[in-house]
Amino acid sequence: MTDTQGDVYEVFHQQSRGDPHIYVGSVHAPDPEMALLMAKEQYARRQACVNLWVVPASAILATEYADEDIFDRATDKSYRESWGYKTPKTVRATEDGESTNDED
Amino acid sequence: MVAANENTVGLSQAEYDHKLGVFEARINRGEKIEPADWMPDDYRNQLIRLIHVHANSEICGALPEGKWIPHAPTFKRKLALLAKVQDEVGHAQLLYRAAETLGPSREQMLEDLISGKSKFSNVFHYPAETWADVATIAWLIDGAAIVNQVMMAEGSYGPYARALKRICYEEAFHLKHGYEMCVVLATGTKVQRAMLQDAMNRWWEPIMMFHGPSDKVSKHTSLLVRWRIKLKTNDEQRQQFLRQFVPKMIDLGIEVPDKSLRLDKKTETWMYDDPDWSVFKKVVNNGGPVSGERVEARRLAHEDGRWVREALEAAAKNRPIPMPPASIR
Repeated sequence: MTDTQGDVYEVFHQQSRGDPHIYVGSVHAPDPEMALLMAKEQYARRQACVNLWVVPASAILATEYADEDIFDRATDKSYRESWGYKTPKTVRATEDGESTNDED
Repeated sequence: MVAANENTVGLSQAEYDHKLGVFEARINRGEKIEPADWMPDDYRNQLIRLIHVHANSEICGALPEGKWIPHAPTFKRKLALLAKVQDEVGHAQLLYRAAETLGPSREQMLEDLISGKSKFSNVFHYPAETWADVATIAWLIDGAAIVNQVMMAEGSYGPYARALKRICYEEAFHLKHGYEMCVVLATGTKVQRAMLQDAMNRWWEPIMMFHGPSDKVSKHTSLLVRWRIKLKTNDEQRQQFLRQFVPKMIDLGIEVPDKSLRLDKKTETWMYDDPDWSVFKKVVNNGGPVSGERVEARRLAHEDGRWVREALEAAAKNRPIPMPPASIR
């Protein structure tokens, strides 16, 4: 028999204007317009929705979970974080010649 | 322990054991398994079997209720029933997609349902004879299914768990609507109350079998629990269902049609005589009262829809669009 299930499209759903589009699942469709129609029936039937995206699954390039060590940080990156800096609750400016830091 | 040669072609036993160790450690940490991850063949095959049966059951579950849409007693009930049936078919689509991430195509799974190669839930092999059956199905069978689905939504396979989260959200309306229908009948006329009791009498045994064979005889349970495909055994799910629903049935004045059912006060556990599991086995192998009718309804729907699928395909590829068959025109 002929295969009529079409291609797989990934569906992204936006709940209200300004929200990010969130991945919700996928549909089968012969073309992008039909994919949008299917996605509307399947993923925007109950919950609020203002916008849908469909993307051919074949267009998505993903990293491998097996390679997740590529996301490991080789060195201390705490200088990129707000918690990487400690400041006292109260500060008193020093007088001339009083400096104690190593940046003078 | 399953030997490597039975499980994953091309791996030595040592390689298999190492991969299995990493896989099981991930599951024990509560992480999800995703389609591209390595998994034992048994894990893949058990999931395909379960999700496929689950998807089939959503489709077949829409059939007894769909038949009642033209006969709904009020317009509001008709709207609710239409929405519920639409949800169930939508759930089937979500689940076939989840199963597809493990290998089989949706097309093939739909074919297997029609050819009788794959099963669907025991409860949908029975007819919905009266309107009270619709109420009973929506309350107690959706209730029993939610016990199962809320548990499975915490399972280890990512795509199945995500689909179930969405499904459970929609099932909440089915359950509440079903309970409301039962309350209306239970607080209605003598005829309505009798109709509800009659439906309960016929549905109780299938419902007691819904969660599957007792732990004593279930052949898959231990592996499924170890790999967090299931988080509770069949008997544990059945017990949870009884604790949740039997007191409500009693409140509605329904006589629970099971002479063996009794509450052990000390352990707060419902005791019952095991149903006849040979009946269950016969029913799920398409030997139930309306098994043939269900599969035939599914086959006709699939055939009637074929020209639509082919027309969509043709339109997308700029080919001439076929006309519907004469039988539908």
